[in-house]
Amino acid sequence: MAAALPHGTLAGDTTRRPGQHTWMHALVRWMFISVSLTFLAAVLLAPLATVFAMAFAKGVSAYLHVFSDPDTLAAIRLTLITALVVVPTNTVFGLAAAWAIAKFEFRGKSILITLIDLPLAVSPVISGMVFVLLFGLHGWFGVWLQEHDISIVFALPGIMLATMFVTFPYVARELIPLMQQLGNDEEEAAITLGAGGWMTFFRVTLPKVRWGLVYGMILCNARAMGEFGAVSVVSGHIRGFTNTMPLHIEILYNEYNFVGAFAVASLLTLLALLTLVVKTLVERTGYRRR
Amino acid sequence: MSFSKPSVLPGFGLTFGFTTFFLSAIVLLPLAALVLAAASMHWKDFLDVVLSARALGSYKLSFGASLLAASINLVFGFILAWTLVRYEFPGRKIIDALIDMPFALPTAVSGIALTTVFAQNGWIGRYLEPLGIKVAYTWLGVTLALTLISMPFAVRAVQPALLEVQRELEDAAETLGAGRLYVFRRIILPTVLPALLTGFTLAFARAVGEYGSVIFIAGNLPMKTEITPLLIVIHLEEFDYKGAAALGVVMLAISFVMLLTINLLQAWGRRRHVRVAR
Repeated sequence: MAAALPHGTLAGDTTRRPGQHTWMHALVRWMFISVSLTFLAAVLLAPLATVFAMAFAKGVSAYLHVFSDPDTLAAIRLTLITALVVVPTNTVFGLAAAWAIAKFEFRGKSILITLIDLPLAVSPVISGMVFVLLFGLHGWFGVWLQEHDISIVFALPGIMLATMFVTFPYVARELIPLMQQLGNDEEEAAITLGAGGWMTFFRVTLPKVRWGLVYGMILCNARAMGEFGAVSVVSGHIRGFTNTMPLHIEILYNEYNFVGAFAVASLLTLLALLTLVVKTLVERTGYRRR
Repeated sequence: MSFSKPSVLPGFGLTFGFTTFFLSAIVLLPLAALVLAAASMHWKDFLDVVLSARALGSYKLSFGASLLAASINLVFGFILAWTLVRYEFPGRKIIDALIDMPFALPTAVSGIALTTVFAQNGWIGRYLEPLGIKVAYTWLGVTLALTLISMPFAVRAVQPALLEVQRELEDAAETLGAGRLYVFRRIILPTVLPALLTGFTLAFARAVGEYGSVIFIAGNLPMKTEITPLLIVIHLEEFDYKGAAALGVVMLAISFVMLLTINLLQAWGRRRHVRVAR
């Protein structure tokens, strides 16, 4: 972190500054730190701790018993399958979008970038609803789909589409500025020396952007596995079939099965913590967002 | 004149084509379907839905609570960013990493966890209850959930701006006899103002659309603790697609205004920054 601080603004600088009232500074410092920590403890740390306290409220065996329930296992499986499809798809899209936008100059580029970011500004409920309007029974293609016996809404394809919509920009918005910043010189050299397009991509570009790619993919994965609103609208909440982990948490919670709800929640909390650890490690390699 | 500038690099047609195709298929066409569904309504039916007493009540809660949450984050976001940028203390790096937790934590998890903590017999709720403060199942709970999920936007917007504040200017001002508050008002605040406003708008935009964490802590009573996204879901569950689409278009329009505001604020910030640097 220190390298990024300009003008010698290292935190904890002990050199006395002119006109500095030491005791005042100490008081202000103490106030800022305690207010920050109290705020975080109340809104962030207490809820995090509660997840595990509730999950283990009736002991370890009750906790483990939750994961022998076939509906819970089905929810975990569905979440994993969805992420396994959505994350690679959006990664391929992100790489293609970043290549087109960072390597070439064309008209309407800034509009394209804004449109890629659009899903971030849309309410999750709307992200799910658009697919109900298209493929639902009363939707645009509803009758046609029913005649051909294809179900999208209240089935796996709808869940995947909604998740794809919500996590659409995650990889692209990480790679676009990174590739723009790294420039085209090395790729141009590779092409001039006779390398093919794919070879240049795999041997020159991909190694350069690998940390940005990892960064985008883990955030995409965290959102894909945790998405609630959009998936809730398209899923139909059929236990054991179209219930993802977040939706299963809702069902268990509404049935007052708190150990079950928080046990499933504890898995997603661990995933979130793991995501933050990987993210921090990636930032340590010198790759930084801003 | 051709559409794109010539380049020695290959793959423009493939990647540009794939990008626009995929963007259209997954994002643009579905959103167009929403706008079309609302546009196919008679304008009177449209207004009946979006101006119904229940809808107006939901806007009041959604916008009121989001504004409040964004304002809380304006204050605490600044305090957190300041603490993380200016002070060294044990655990600072862990706290810094944890700020992003609401990004990574599924909203359903934050929803049930917050409700449990702030319920009557919860860890914090039990101390608020004797004071007559009810958080869970009231608008206060809605605000709290929105504050949590939009907190990182405010902190992460302000942090880089605080790093840009020139300590030499602060020192010079203090040497010339300025007090800390004066330095804050005349040097620090002007530098971070665009970032503060961007963080506020980002937090607000995120809060308005939020669904997952709110529905657990809100009582979901019509007119009282029912947010607009929930009203959309209720319309959908009753197979009233048009009504849902009408409300969806209202929310979409608000998102666009927010997006535009954010872009303008960021452009303002960049212009300001250039001027300060000169």
